[in-house]
Amino acid sequence: MKRLAIVGMPNTGKSTFFNRLTGATARVGNWPGVTVDLLGAKILLGADMVEVVDLPGLYDLHGFSEDELVVRHFLENNPVDLVAIILNAGQIDHQIAIALQLKQLGLPVVLLLNMIDEADKLGIRIDTRKMSEALGMPVMVLSAKYGKGFAEAKKALTGMIAISEQSPGLEDLQEKLAQDDQVEMQMQAVISHSVQLPIQLPESFTAQLDKVLLHPWLGLPIFFGVMYLLFQGIFLLGAPFQTGVEWLLTMISQYALEPLLSPAPGWLHGLLIDGIYNGVGTVASFVPIIVLFFLFMAVIEDTGYLSRAAFLMDAVMAKMGLDGRSFVMLLMGFGCNVPALMGTRVMRSRALRLLTMMVIPFSLCSARLQVFIFITAALFSAKHAPLVLFSLYMMSFATAILTALLFKRKFESTDPFVLELPPYRLPTLMQLWLRGWQEVRHFLKRASKFIIIGVVLVWALTHLPPGVREAGPDSFSGMLGTWFNPVLSPLGIDAQMTITLIFGFVAKEIVIGALAVVYGMEGDALSHQIGASMDWVQAYSFMLFTLIYTPCLSTIATLRSESRSNLYAAATVAWSLGLAWIVSFVFYQGARALGY
Amino acid sequence: MTDTRPLAELMPGDNGIIARLKVDEALYQRLSAMGLRIGRPIQVIRRAALSGPIQVRVGFTDLILRRVDALNICVAPAA
Repeated sequence: MKRLAIVGMPNTGKSTFFNRLTGATARVGNWPGVTVDLLGAKILLGADMVEVVDLPGLYDLHGFSEDELVVRHFLENNPVDLVAIILNAGQIDHQIAIALQLKQLGLPVVLLLNMIDEADKLGIRIDTRKMSEALGMPVMVLSAKYGKGFAEAKKALTGMIAISEQSPGLEDLQEKLAQDDQVEMQMQAVISHSVQLPIQLPESFTAQLDKVLLHPWLGLPIFFGVMYLLFQGIFLLGAPFQTGVEWLLTMISQYALEPLLSPAPGWLHGLLIDGIYNGVGTVASFVPIIVLFFLFMAVIEDTGYLSRAAFLMDAVMAKMGLDGRSFVMLLMGFGCNVPALMGTRVMRSRALRLLTMMVIPFSLCSARLQVFIFITAALFSAKHAPLVLFSLYMMSFATAILTALLFKRKFESTDPFVLELPPYRLPTLMQLWLRGWQEVRHFLKRASKFIIIGVVLVWALTHLPPGVREAGPDSFSGMLGTWFNPVLSPLGIDAQMTITLIFGFVAKEIVIGALAVVYGMEGDALSHQIGASMDWVQAYSFMLFTLIYTPCLSTIATLRSESRSNLYAAATVAWSLGLAWIVSFVFYQGARALGY
Repeated sequence: MTDTRPLAELMPGDNGIIARLKVDEALYQRLSAMGLRIGRPIQVIRRAALSGPIQVRVGFTDLILRRVDALNICVAPAA
């Protein structure tokens, strides 16, 4: 099998191109010499089966960031037949260096100039024939997002890979890259030979928009306003869908499952309906909100607004020993902590990375959001519920800030903060659809892995040993609850809720599934039951604890693998567990002392 | 080489030519890759509030960088 490596700078649409080329067949895999997982896919190009590997974005083959090391190690240890370089046509004047560097290594390369539509708008004219001659490699222009020029680019790749011969892993890569001055000279020559650059940049849309959005004093209020509207939009649009899914699930259970399972023995009926179906169903009813959430996040991310957020927030973050990128990663963490943790790879300083990774788990992720929506709906009036949710987001920020302030001395860094500010882009419907679909798939994967096992275990714990009262003091769950009682009762958390917290350690989605199982109910009945079983002080204390105590097993695993330190991961978890207990304790005992 | 100023002191709208990069090897590489090279014209677009980062334009690329880091980039007046 032949191998095609895709290389390019960040923000050049490299992943969009990869997705378009490989369809939805990509899998995460391991490669020799590389410590992180890379996306790869096997596709048919002409007569050849080709393994396409999406290498991390990099600015320079000389670079010292982890991503740049990954690319170097990959090229050193894995023979490739062809390298496709993706560059942003609008920034061709300085990105072309990578093409020259790879050429210097003697690798067979095809140069793909992406985002040609943006270059057109900027008035940049590229003569691909002249450039191809000057560089000695095929040069194609395309727009991976809109598909323009894609077929031709694919054809060029197919043609090249059919005739190219595998070049072995590059052992003396560093030395071969040595002559940099030469690259500099060639670069100027190639550009002046084949690219027509406009003398003055047109006062583009981006500049106009930035005048407002990056305004020294209005920028931040506008940013938080936009975020607030976004959340309002998610709930407004998501609520009808959520009701719809709940209704559908009830119908299925009433008219299909119940009659079908009526001859089954009581315990099986209980396990299947009260356990698995109600548990997973309760979690599934949140899928529409989560999909919307990720769609909106994707829009914000793909438009380039997040880089603006980094610009606006850097001064504030610097006071906490963090920087603008840390803030962006914190925001990403509101979707899911795991990709946010991995996103910190762009940081060069290990201290800055570790500090950022330490605060990310306090981001109120979408899984925790489900728990909070559910419980606030059960215990607070429609008028108060949004305020309660808002306060939890504030708590999420507050705990992150506190953590950063406490630990910044431990992780001091002087990592220079330099970031590219891409022009605003409009995400296409296709992009959005793919993102939404990815989230649904991600959820289904989690559902099959954790949630079903989780709810079955919860069902077993609450119904065994045989003959006990459901979730009563003699059941296993009751025993576990009693065992944890000395620790959790000062926080107002009872035995049933303790069980859900234990499983919430694995994944927060299980918490609401577990509630459904513990009480053997779903939907409104479950809400009422929960509303009756605790008061608002207990509920808020429970939510505070859920927010802070620990993200989920995947996050902890990612913390460990990204930091490559068991001690760091353990210390981070210990800190959040301790902080959660203290915060809930202070809140619960304080509220009770005040007579609530 | 008489009249260079640190990039951090330039005001929005000011132009100049990058004259010297007083940075370590790793950052030098990275700045070069992003287009910040000696001899290239640079323009300051805006400065964030609270002594936050500055936004500069080199070629067609807009970059943001902290003022502390911009102190180490020396800019000569545009010809």
